[in-house]
Amino acid sequence: MKRAIAAGVVGIARVLAGGNVRRIGFEPDERQRIYFANHTSHLDFVLVWSALPRAVRVLTRPVAAKDYWERGLRRYLAREVFNAVLVDRVGQAILPASQREDPIHVLLEGLGERHSLIFFPEGTRGDGTQIAQFKSGLYRLGKERPDLELVPVYIDNLNRVLPKGEFVPVPMLASVSFGAPMRVENGEEKPDFLDRARRAILELRRW
Amino acid sequence: MVTFLRDRETLWLFGGILAVLLVATIIGQLLRLRIRNAVIDNLNARIRAWWVMSAVFALSLLTGGIGSVILFALLSFFALREFITLTPTRPADHAALFWVFFVITPLQYWLVGIQWYGLFAVLIPVYAFLFIPSRIAMSGDAQGFLERSAKIQWGLMVCVYCVSHAPALLMLHIPGFEGKNARLLLFLVVVVQMSDVLQYVWGKLAGRHKIAPVISPNKTWEGFIGGVATATLLGASLWWATPFSMQQAAGMALVITIMGFLGGLTMSAIKRDSGVKDYGSLIEGHGGVLDRIDSLCFAGPIFFHLTRYFFT
Repeated sequence: MKRAIAAGVVGIARVLAGGNVRRIGFEPDERQRIYFANHTSHLDFVLVWSALPRAVRVLTRPVAAKDYWERGLRRYLAREVFNAVLVDRVGQAILPASQREDPIHVLLEGLGERHSLIFFPEGTRGDGTQIAQFKSGLYRLGKERPDLELVPVYIDNLNRVLPKGEFVPVPMLASVSFGAPMRVENGEEKPDFLDRARRAILELRRW
Repeated sequence: MVTFLRDRETLWLFGGILAVLLVATIIGQLLRLRIRNAVIDNLNARIRAWWVMSAVFALSLLTGGIGSVILFALLSFFALREFITLTPTRPADHAALFWVFFVITPLQYWLVGIQWYGLFAVLIPVYAFLFIPSRIAMSGDAQGFLERSAKIQWGLMVCVYCVSHAPALLMLHIPGFEGKNARLLLFLVVVVQMSDVLQYVWGKLAGRHKIAPVISPNKTWEGFIGGVATATLLGASLWWATPFSMQQAAGMALVITIMGFLGGLTMSAIKRDSGVKDYGSLIEGHGGVLDRIDSLCFAGPIFFHLTRYFFT
């Protein structure tokens, strides 16, 4: 059943956004990885997830906002089909700083020993024309888990399929480009790494 | 399905397509043994895709009218998706686009399916064309308004309205030709696609003088004249499958090939304006759906109306 729903979701994603996937210096396999992508639409992770081979897909967990994906049918999809790691932005914001849970722990727990993550280091959706400065999450993940490869992913045109504030998607050809894996280098400072990671996504724009 | 298989003329047409594909495949493979370059690889990719497209088209005709309506509805949907992708719309166009894709397009093909000619002919050029700018205006974003409306209207016109005239051939009532309209659709598709192929072949073999190098560097006068002449002869030689006499079939084929050429040229101009080579990558070697059906878009409605005016 879950497998059928997953296949259905992939099918719908293809009908809406096409199946255009480019791999530039990257081959997917079942290794643990962190895919980090620009963020323009609630459908972003669905498209990245659909672009991976099925064997890799079942091991790959998207990181998604709890406030959006924790309602009704979306909750079922996020929990049961995508096995998403839900990060609580709203619930945590109202707590005093001392009691807030560090979202990095949620992510590390989500990774475990065999899962990969789809992660959006901008933290929030952009308008599709610019890529915002990255928050520190990606750097901290890279430091905590130096064994994992970090794979830059550029998502093009998906913001037009489902723009911010709209509820129903329209068909539009989008594309997903995977770039060469990278890591946090020894002694690399946070701003340097985050800038390098962001430029790795911008590089993929040219393809 | 049974009537289809009992129809000898249709079987002959399909036999002919099969023979052409076999010959093309053999030539493609022989060329590959002698010369290895990108042009030959692309040629073989195109031939492979032709096998798939012919099979899909044959299957759609096998199911009777409804299969063809669904096939062309899907082609419209994919073509429109490619067209809108290239067209810079703004977030305020989202609702209008939703209507275009999920209401107007299915409605147009539903009208083809139930054979309601009156509304089929005006749904898009009257109702949709007034609706789209109104819906965009309601979203309250004026920037590039005329351009945005016109682009969506033109996409709907070419990808949906024009393409829907191909399966609409099935709704014509031609005295003495009842129940055989699938052959008209086959005639249109064979002539328009073979005209493309023959113009390509003539162009590759004898092409010297370019017609509009900025818009379509591959279109030459030699390719155009050779392709139009041979495709017209081909159309004339298929007269036995149509309600036309041999001269009439030649005239129809001539109109189809010239309209097909103009369709290819016009859709190329839009591609150049947007700075892309192909509309998509769905069909190996050919590009997108719209790259393959651009000639059909222009030839379909004219063939439909000429047939409707003179033969029903």
